[in-house]
Amino acid sequence: MQLTLWTYEGPPHIGAMRIATAMKGVHYVLHAPQGDTYADLLFTMIERRDRRPPVTYTTFQARDLGGDTAELFKSAAREAYDRFQPDALLVGASCTAELIQDDPGGLAKALGLPVPVVPLELPAYQKKENWGAAETFYQLVRTCAAPSVPAPGWQRPPRGDARPRCNILGPTALGFRHRDDLVEVRTLLDELGIDVVVAAPLEATVQDLMRIGDADFNVVMYPELAGQAAQWLERTFRQPRTKTVPIGAAATQDFIREVATLAGVDAEPLLNARKSRLPWYSRSVDSTYLTGKRVFIFGDATHAIAAARIAQTELGFKVVGLGSYSREFARDVREAAKLYDVEALITDDYLEVEAKVQELQPELVLGTQMERHIAKRLGVPSAVISAPMHVQDFPARYSPQMGFEGANVIFDSWVHPLMMGLEEHLLAMFRDDFEFHDDAAPSHLGHGTAQRVEAEPSAPVASAPAPQMPVSSIIWAAEAEKELSKIPFFVRGKARRNTERYASERGVATVTIETLYDAKAHYSR
Amino acid sequence: MNSMAPLEAGRAAQGCSSAPTVLRQRGQREVFCGLTGIVWLHRKIQDAFFLVVGSRTCAHLIQSAAGVMIFAEPRFATAIMDERDLAGLADANDELDRIVARLVERRPDIKLLFLVGSCPSEVIKLDLARAAARLSKVYSPTLRILNYSGSGIETTFTQGEDACLASLVPELPAEDGAAGQSLLVVGALADVVEDQFRRLFNALGVGPVHFLPPRRSTDLPAAGPRTRFLLAQPFLNDTARALEERGATLLPALFPLGVEGTTAWLKAAADAWGVSDAAFDAAVGAARTRSIAALDKYKDQLGGKRIFFFPDSQLEIPLARFLARELAMQPVEVGTPYLHQQHLAHELPLLPDTTLLSEGQDVERQLDRCHAETPDIVVCGLGLANPLEATGLTTKWSIELLFTPIQGYEQAADLAELFARPLVRRARLEV
Ligand code: SF4
Repeated sequence: MQLTLWTYEGPPHIGAMRIATAMKGVHYVLHAPQGDTYADLLFTMIERRDRRPPVTYTTFQARDLGGDTAELFKSAAREAYDRFQPDALLVGASCTAELIQDDPGGLAKALGLPVPVVPLELPAYQKKENWGAAETFYQLVRTCAAPSVPAPGWQRPPRGDARPRCNILGPTALGFRHRDDLVEVRTLLDELGIDVVVAAPLEATVQDLMRIGDADFNVVMYPELAGQAAQWLERTFRQPRTKTVPIGAAATQDFIREVATLAGVDAEPLLNARKSRLPWYSRSVDSTYLTGKRVFIFGDATHAIAAARIAQTELGFKVVGLGSYSREFARDVREAAKLYDVEALITDDYLEVEAKVQELQPELVLGTQMERHIAKRLGVPSAVISAPMHVQDFPARYSPQMGFEGANVIFDSWVHPLMMGLEEHLLAMFRDDFEFHDDAAPSHLGHGTAQRVEAEPSAPVASAPAPQMPVSSIIWAAEAEKELSKIPFFVRGKARRNTERYASERGVATVTIETLYDAKAHYSR
Repeated sequence: MNSMAPLEAGRAAQGCSSAPTVLRQRGQREVFCGLTGIVWLHRKIQDAFFLVVGSRTCAHLIQSAAGVMIFAEPRFATAIMDERDLAGLADANDELDRIVARLVERRPDIKLLFLVGSCPSEVIKLDLARAAARLSKVYSPTLRILNYSGSGIETTFTQGEDACLASLVPELPAEDGAAGQSLLVVGALADVVEDQFRRLFNALGVGPVHFLPPRRSTDLPAAGPRTRFLLAQPFLNDTARALEERGATLLPALFPLGVEGTTAWLKAAADAWGVSDAAFDAAVGAARTRSIAALDKYKDQLGGKRIFFFPDSQLEIPLARFLARELAMQPVEVGTPYLHQQHLAHELPLLPDTTLLSEGQDVERQLDRCHAETPDIVVCGLGLANPLEATGLTTKWSIELLFTPIQGYEQAADLAELFARPLVRRARLEV
C-alpha cells in the first residue's frame, strides 16, 4: 500500500482511454463499476472535448457479483458495437473487474464481431496511465498492421527517387500540448521534404494504422507513449525511429539533423534558417538576470529531461533538482541528472517531491500541476511543463512545446512568472519601502496575488557534520534577525540555513550582523 | 430491460387520480461512486480525515472530482493497494497499520479517521470494520477510527455521505436522562445555512438543535428516544434507519429547497414542538417574504422552460418540485439513481403528472430521450455536460448543487440563479 494524496498518473485503463479517445472509429468496452465513469470528465471538462470518450462501462454492481457479470459484459459489448459501429473494439477490465477475472478478451472474441477486437491486459495494481497508453497503442498497431507484416528476415528495399516517408507516433488525447506539438512536427518534416504516412494515435483511423508499415521510419514524439509500438515497428518493418525529442531550440536542431539523416535529405537549409527566437532573446542583455536562477524540475521523463537541458543551456539557469514520476524511464532521468550534478528524484509520491522543493528552495519550479501547487504554497514562481495538468493548461491559443515555436512558447512561459531583473534589484535595495513587502508579486502579474509562506525546510538541516553547537540552539540577535529580513524572501531561507551552519561549525551561539556577513562571505563563490 | 412499475406510495397513495409510473432501465450508469462525498465531507468535519483504502482509480476519482484546486492540504488520502496487498490479507492489514501510523504522525491534529472502503477492498473482502476496531484500540482516546464503504458497487455519489453519517450514529452519545426532546438536523449543510436554520429554530422556540455531521467530531450530538430528526438531504436512507434504531423519530417533510420546501420542513419541527401557526408565521414570516420577493425576478427567466434531469445526487425530485411549483418550469424527465419512496412521500405528489420519473439508468437510451425532447436545460454530471452543450443543449452540472449553499429561505433565489445562469449565458453569447 502506498499513502497517496495526489497521483501523477491515473490507472492504466485511463491510458487506454487516451488512445481510444484520440483515434477515430475505435470504441473501448471497459468492465468497471459505475464510479469509474468519472474518467469521462477528464476529457470533457479538463480537455474540453465536445464529445464523450468512446467508452462503454459495464457498471456492474454488488448484486451482480454473485450472478453473471460475464453476461453483463457480453451484452454491453454487443450493444456498444451495435450502437457505435466502430472499426475496432478495445476490451478490458479496470482495477475492480481485474479481481473478478471475467476475461473480457475471451468474452468479446466469443461474440464474433466483424471488426478487430483488441483485448487489453493492463494490470491495474502494478502499472499506471502512461504504461497503459503505450501498451494499448502497441496492441492496436500490432492488430491493425498484422495483415501486412512481412516475412522474417525481410529487408526494407532502397527507396530510390521517391520522397522519404515517415510516421509520427505518440500524440494522444489529454496529452500536454500534444495537439500543437503535432502541428509543429508536421511543419518541420514538411520543410525537410518528408511525407507523413500516418500520424497516430491522434485523429488516426484504423485504416491509417493498417498502412503504418509503408513508412521508411518513425518519428517518436513521446517515448513514454509510443516507444513500445515504435520498437515493434522497427523489428517488424525495419523502420528506424528517432531518439531526439524536439523540445528546446538545441534539441530541435538535433532532431532536424537526426531526421534528415534517417530520410537522406539535406538538413542545412532548415538548420541555417534559425527560426527560433529563444537563442536571441536569451542573449539579449535584459535576460542577464536569468543567470544562475535555481530551478527545480519534475515531470514525465521526456518533458523533465528536455526542460533541464533548456533551463541550463538555453536560459542559463542552474538546475538544482531534477526528477520524474516515470519509473520506466528512471535510467534516462538519472543519466540526465548527472549532467547537472544533481541526484535524480524518481518517485510518484507527491509528499516526497514537496519535501524536496522545500529543501532545495529553488527560485523557479517547473513541473506538473502538483508542483504548481507546491510552488504556490511556498510563494515560488512556477510553470507547468508536463502532464498531469489542469484545464488552464489547455490554452485556446497555439502553444506547442516542440519545434521552433515551442522554444518561443517555453521562453515566454518560463520567464514570465519571474521577477524582472531591475525590479528584483530595486526590491533588494529598498526593502523598507512599504510597497516592497514580501508579498509583492512581480509588478507585471498584478498585485496581491501571491500568498507567501516562507520556504523553511520542515526537517532540521542534517548536512552539518559533527557540529560543535547544535543548530537548534543557535540564537539570532535582534539586529541580525532584522538584517536577515532585508534579504529577499527567495534566498532568505538559504541565508538563514547557511548562517546557522556557519555559526554552529564555529561554535557561535548567537548570530550577530557580523556573523551574518561572515557567513555570506564564506559561502559566496 | 425495461420495467414500468406503479408507484405504490407517493402520488397514488396521496389520492392522486392518475397512477404514476417509474421508468426503470438497466444499462450503463454514468454516475460517481460514494467516494465523491469525501470532497465536501472533509471540509465539513474539520478535524476528520478520510483514508480511502482502494486502488489508483479511487485516488484518481477523488482528485478529479475535487479538481486539485485546493490549496490547503486536503484531509483525505488514498492507501493505494498493490499486488502484494492482494496476495495476502494479513500483509494488507499490516500495511494499513503502517499507513495509518504515518498519517497520524503527519496529522496529529486529526481526531476522527474514517477508513473508507472501495470496490477493490470490498471484492477482496478486506474487513475495514475489524481494522477500524483494531486501530481504535491503538489510538484511543486521542483518535477515533470508524469505517464505511463508498464503493461504486454499493453506493452512488451522495450515498457515500449517507454511509459516512450512518457510521457516526452508533458513536452518538446517549441522551441525558433528564433532557427533554431535542431536534437533530441530519445531512451536511453549508455552515452559513446551518447558522440560518439555527436562528430560525431559536426564534421558533424549537430546541435544543444539533446538526449531524457536526463541524468538529468532538461535538457529536446525543441521540435517543426523545430525539426528533429532520433530514436536510433526501439521500440519507441508512442514516435515518440507524437513528430510528437508536429510538429517534423522523419528522417527515418536504426537503428545505425553495420557499415551500423550507416552510414545510421548518413547520414539521414547529409542529413537533407545538408551535402555534401564529407564532410560526411571526418567526419565519420576514425570511419567507424576503425569499418570495427574491425568487420573483427568476420567474420570467425560468417560467415555462422545460428541464431534464439525469440521475445523479438524489436531489433531482425535490429540485424538480421546487422548479415546477415556484418557478413554473416543466420537468420533462426526472431521473434519480434511487427512488426512496418513503422519504419522498411528501415530494412525489407535488410533481406535475406530465413528468416522466426514471430510476437507475441506461445512459445511452436516456441520451436518446434527452435529444428527442430537446429540453431548454439539462441537469447532468460533468462527463455529459460539454458533449450536450456541443449539440446545442444548455446544461447545469449537478455537482455544483452539492458544493453550493442551496437550502433554506435565503438561498432559494441563489438556487434559482444556478438554473437561470446557463440560460442567460447562452442567450448572451453571440459566438
Ligand atoms: S467505483 Fe469503485 S473502483 Fe471506481 S473509484 Fe469508486 S470505489 Fe474506486
